[in-house]
Amino acid sequence: MPDMYDNSRPDRYFTEAHQAFRQSLRAFVARDITPNVEAWEAAGHLPRDLYRKAARMGIQGVLFPEEVGGSAGDFFMQVVVTEEMARCGAGGVCASLGSHSIGIPPVVAHGSDALCAAFAVPVIAGEKIAALAVTEPGGGSDVAALRTTAVRDGDHFVVNGEKTFITSGMQADVITVAVRTDPVSRGAGGISFLLVEGDTPGLERRALKKMGWWASDTAHLTFTDCRVPADHLIGVEGQGFRAAMMNFNSERLIIAVQAYSMAQVCYEEALAWARQRRAFGGTLTEQQVIRHKLVDMAARIDAARTLTHDIIWRRMEGLDPLNVHVARTSMAKIQATEAMKFCADQAVQILGGMGFMQGTASERIYREVKVLTIGGGTDEVMRNLAASQLGI
Amino acid sequence: MKVLVPVKRVIDYNVKAKVKADGSGVDLANVKMSMNPFDEIAVEEAIRLKEAGTAEEVIVVSVGVKQAQETLRTALAMGADRAILVVAADDVHNDIEPLAVAKILKAIVDEEQPKLVIAGKQAIDNDMNAAGQMLAALLGWGQATFASELTLDGDAATVTREVDGGLQTITVGLPAIVTADLRLNEPRYASLPNIMKAKKKPLDEKTAADYGVDVSPRLEVVKTTEPPVRSAGIMVESVDELVSKLKEKGVV
Repeated sequence: MPDMYDNSRPDRYFTEAHQAFRQSLRAFVARDITPNVEAWEAAGHLPRDLYRKAARMGIQGVLFPEEVGGSAGDFFMQVVVTEEMARCGAGGVCASLGSHSIGIPPVVAHGSDALCAAFAVPVIAGEKIAALAVTEPGGGSDVAALRTTAVRDGDHFVVNGEKTFITSGMQADVITVAVRTDPVSRGAGGISFLLVEGDTPGLERRALKKMGWWASDTAHLTFTDCRVPADHLIGVEGQGFRAAMMNFNSERLIIAVQAYSMAQVCYEEALAWARQRRAFGGTLTEQQVIRHKLVDMAARIDAARTLTHDIIWRRMEGLDPLNVHVARTSMAKIQATEAMKFCADQAVQILGGMGFMQGTASERIYREVKVLTIGGGTDEVMRNLAASQLGI
Repeated sequence: MKVLVPVKRVIDYNVKAKVKADGSGVDLANVKMSMNPFDEIAVEEAIRLKEAGTAEEVIVVSVGVKQAQETLRTALAMGADRAILVVAADDVHNDIEPLAVAKILKAIVDEEQPKLVIAGKQAIDNDMNAAGQMLAALLGWGQATFASELTLDGDAATVTREVDGGLQTITVGLPAIVTADLRLNEPRYASLPNIMKAKKKPLDEKTAADYGVDVSPRLEVVKTTEPPVRSAGIMVESVDELVSKLKEKGVV
């Protein structure tokens, strides 16, 4: 089936190296991931061996410096990884296999050399699993309101509190936890990142059942007098809020990439079905109403993809002031998740009865729309953020 | 020991080939091209010899259009050490025939002195299955074609060959030519760190004239046609009808 995009030739965004890695990844995903998706969705988590296989391809290390085992690729190399991983049609696989990309950057950027060697390096090598724990039962996007405390006691911090909706939270060996190290401050100040090991006494983990993303081991974490070595503090005490905010723009761009890529999977599945399914004396692709649906899908995917690539390119070129970048990033997340919502809906409709059956990618993706319009900043938060950044 | 691996840039195996309107060949304009899958297997085998400490250097060679350097970069990203590109055509539709390729490869073998050449058994575009054998003849070396297993031991290679009706195991003295069949190994995918490293590996660019080889065609393509279209099947209502249809056709 012809791809809507020619991914074999370099362009302004993707060099020859990007496209070469894309070809490798496409074959890797088709062989080692897509055929196993149903089994992993049923199991509720990914096998550890997958993390090692992915690491051998260089997936976890894409953006990290060579000193910690990464490849120091640019952001478009991460886009390649996200676009190609999404072709497996299971967001849960992408989320869990990608949880290091939110958990480990603070460690590499602000952590000590010893922390990097002990935790970032084995995660990038696929030997350990990482997670980021920011969201609490009492608040998500409002990071400044978080309540988990870490109180200094000799050469340890004592951590108490709860974190929820933590991707890879059940299996993670390394959890980057946002905590309040200054009990007096109430707002953005006083927040730090602390690295908590998965087997720390006093840490309880509970698996959460979800609408979609079943292959991802999402957890609720309860910390009860967890003693964490003081040298597991990442960076400077009280500077955590800024680090958390810096992470958000990249995370939102990657969510946008994942969303339009999932939309593309729906489009391709619907197109393949429409080409072979016969009704009223011809294939579905001969029916004008279906042809129009497919073009509407392709147009929305193309718009979201082009917008997202442009934002990333302009960021790399340093062309926009921060407020413009933040506003456009917020809008791209909305645009891409709306494309995904539309395409999942249309694909299930085109697939008809088959679309309602488990086992099609479109059925799964239909159940994964909401997590992307909520996670990483809800649509509502995104619109408010864009409005304020644009001075509306 | 050096191992030389010739690789060819061919139409990607996933692409549905279309014949040009004038019937002169397959239309390759704006079509996705990749490394010939049998050559990937050959590259993989050479890299494994290097990883096992049997080979010191893996050199990949491609003869064809300038864009074949992408194919060589892929081989370098898999783990080959350096590459030689022999530009012998301007137009992707101008396929270099096996004898000309074999002559160029012979000149390179004379220069590089590898003890082993591993090639794909054939390229999936023209299915000639000839360059490896011709190279062996030009060099006066032994050859072991259609290899599904390769073991090196001192100055000899033991090769299991996939022949009609079974497997044949032979031993050839080195230097020798081995051509890779489908089951020799499963080629690795290039990892990102290796793709990054490949950018810095040497890729020499030569021309057919540098080796004094005339690449003008000796064969004339008379006609290229698409395979006949499969005729539509019929739906049967019952097992009885299926059986009677099969009987009608004389197959049961």
